[in-house]
Amino acid sequence: MSAASTAVLGRRRYGRRGRAPSALLIAGLAAAALSLIPLVFLVLEARGVSVGEAERLLVRPRVGALLVNTLGLIAVTTVLCSAIGVAAAWCVERTDLPFRRAWMVALVLPLAIPEFVSSFGWVSFFPGMRGFAGALLVTVVAYFPFVFLPAAAVLRGTDPALEETAQSLGLNAWATFWRVTAPQLRLPVLGGSLIIALHLLAEYGAFAQLRFPTFATEIYAEYQLSFDGANAAILSLVLVALSLLFLLAEVVARGRARYARVGSGAQRARSRVCLGKRRAALLLAGLGSLAVLSLGVPLAALVYWVLQGNSSTLPAASLLTATTTTVGLSLTAALVTAALALPVALLAVRHNGRASRLIERTTYIPRALPGVVIGLALVSFCIRSAQWLYQSTTVLVAAYAILFLPLALIAIRGPLAQVSPRIEDVARSLGLGPLRAFARTTLPLLRGGIGAGAGLVFLSTVTELTGTLLLRPTGTETLATRFWTYASSLSYGAAAPFAAVMVAISAVPAYLLIRRLDALGS
Amino acid sequence: MFKRRRWILIVPVVVSIAACGSSASDTSSTAPITVYSGQHEQTMGLLVADFTKRTKIVVKLRSSDEASLANQVLREGSASPADVFVAENPPALTVLQRKGLFAAVDAATLAKTPPRYNDPKGTWVAVSARSAVLAYNTDKLKPSQLPPDLLDLGGSAWRGKVGFAPTETDFQPLITAVAKLHGAAAAKTWLQALKSAGKVYDDNEALIAAVNRGEIATGLVDHYYWYRLRDEVGANKTHSALHYFSAGDAGSLVDVSGAAALASSKHAAEAQRFLAYLVSKPAQEIVARSESYEYPLGSGVKTQRDLKPFDQLKPPAIGVDDLGDGAAALKALRDIGLI
Repeated sequence: MSAASTAVLGRRRYGRRGRAPSALLIAGLAAAALSLIPLVFLVLEARGVSVGEAERLLVRPRVGALLVNTLGLIAVTTVLCSAIGVAAAWCVERTDLPFRRAWMVALVLPLAIPEFVSSFGWVSFFPGMRGFAGALLVTVVAYFPFVFLPAAAVLRGTDPALEETAQSLGLNAWATFWRVTAPQLRLPVLGGSLIIALHLLAEYGAFAQLRFPTFATEIYAEYQLSFDGANAAILSLVLVALSLLFLLAEVVARGRARYARVGSGAQRARSRVCLGKRRAALLLAGLGSLAVLSLGVPLAALVYWVLQGNSSTLPAASLLTATTTTVGLSLTAALVTAALALPVALLAVRHNGRASRLIERTTYIPRALPGVVIGLALVSFCIRSAQWLYQSTTVLVAAYAILFLPLALIAIRGPLAQVSPRIEDVARSLGLGPLRAFARTTLPLLRGGIGAGAGLVFLSTVTELTGTLLLRPTGTETLATRFWTYASSLSYGAAAPFAAVMVAISAVPAYLLIRRLDALGS
Repeated sequence: MFKRRRWILIVPVVVSIAACGSSASDTSSTAPITVYSGQHEQTMGLLVADFTKRTKIVVKLRSSDEASLANQVLREGSASPADVFVAENPPALTVLQRKGLFAAVDAATLAKTPPRYNDPKGTWVAVSARSAVLAYNTDKLKPSQLPPDLLDLGGSAWRGKVGFAPTETDFQPLITAVAKLHGAAAAKTWLQALKSAGKVYDDNEALIAAVNRGEIATGLVDHYYWYRLRDEVGANKTHSALHYFSAGDAGSLVDVSGAAALASSKHAAEAQRFLAYLVSKPAQEIVARSESYEYPLGSGVKTQRDLKPFDQLKPPAIGVDDLGDGAAALKALRDIGLI
């Protein structure tokens, strides 16, 4: 197999392959419609504010300060997360670093730590940590896995022949990385940064703890202190506008490049960079401190609570019920969300027309809204249009799907772009119908991506609190709501086991994510 | 092997969905009532269990923070599944009362608690009370060094020594009290001084822990946060104590939590029975013994905990009506840039 026959990046309009099949469009539209529900109710609620009032609310020094805080933090955090995420992925995927498996788990696990646990851990150990620097540290160590995970998948999935060709043509290692590897990393880095930026727009708990005012904390103040849904809706619409800007920017930056290899034959196994003792020790130290910051501090806080607290009698029965409920809800949410994300990803990657793009972009917007906004919007929606659904498990799962669809989408989008649609064309030409051709060719190749997406949704659902408190059926308790109950009455010792179980059950999908990645490489 | 593992994943989903569907079934003769509660969940759980034992009326308890619940009821309106709403502070109740969402409370129920603490319009009844206090670190300050009045805390002597949590719903009533007693301008000056001299905390839980650690010398909180922290860390690790402001001072404010029946309730009689129960002797005795450390208000019951006796508290002459929905206090906080 000659290297020249394998794919190189092309600038051809590869995505546009005729009109999308209508079944796919309908599935995509259904996902987009779900995501639009909260937006519609925000607009309805904001109508209660006159133009003059809205102007008074938005044009004031406080809003300027919030804007500077929010955008400044997003800019620095996404850059740092991208750098750390890519560097960590490269170390794990491309070098002979010792204990690679263990490192991969440690690098994904920060996603399993609820923000109210990590920020509380930081604040209790380092009470002086406040403002921009504190917020930056906490968010970077919490969110870099959003870049690490897809970057590692792409580094694993890229045909080594690309880089070998570049080197055979005389490029050194750095030049190869920048000219061949880096362009491949564009999708995961952009996708991860987009998710991080949207998360930061919506983040509330950590910033409240760290006394770092952003739009989200201001929206909470409107709801919690003045019970003013209309003002909160106006401020939330600013978040929507900001998210639209980010979404547009990502489309532009993503460009139209294609990433699948064409041509025949299987990929060769990749050789890893030999680090040598000194460099290996240096990298181990770096990754070690990252793990201490992202996992050590919050886990130490849990242990500290249990040791310090007098309330630490283990409420075994409620712990078991809460665990079963949480696992059941999170698994359902993961399956439903992955199923909703798949058609959207197919539209975005394979049928890159205007409608597809609109559908895909719409599903990201709710990720920029705090949980309380989504939760209350769904309360309004049910009361107005679907009272029989109110406070049912169905609505709760729908809320999780709305909140976490972008996570599944990002995870599926990258691997899908690396699968050539021609395999499916061949299956069609051999007489299979469209669904069976997809199920037999593309779907098996996407297992890793879908699994990663479902895993991410699972992790996020386990730790979701605000939306759950608003939408759960009365009497349903999850690990997060139980943790909140005890922590808000200062019974940290009793709260800690619930947080520990949250982290423990999230470690399972984190481990499965790694296994999938391993299967991909072998 | 892989297939089997997939089944293991699916089984709990099905089981848990089935469990969610069947959990609402009950065996009692009367219909269950739904209570939205922003109150201390453990205490509320005890009250609900005792109520069900006495009346055979099953209660579905939905506990969350009071502001989220109030926002939720605002959206639910007359379609609310809630029959009873219990809040920690009057503003949440006032907001819903002004929207006309509450039914009148039975006169016999209102008569069980001191009238100055109930809603003057009779739509909610006070259930328990708490006092504003200044918690101080005993390694850093002696009792003699503590200020008699709340307004003293704005002075330069207290620079860097006062912690407060302006985004807590407990803080606004203090501002309202200062404004009522000394005028809105004085309240603003005091807040401004507090902002430049004090340290802001996210919530009272973080604040009381910081006082106990010695991170900050004093903290403006309600009395029960200190008792709950003492329970959690143990008396031997408690390095703080409570200071009560002088008689009639804004800082001696006594605030109440209350309960209301929703006008839209389809179980109005049961809802009223629940309210009557909350202020009855057995319920108030549960409050008196509970780990929430609030003062019982009804049926002449006195606290069984080591709190400063309720009749020794000397609150200022400010009624719940004066505390209102806290909008003026919020505006002051916002103007000064504390929220």
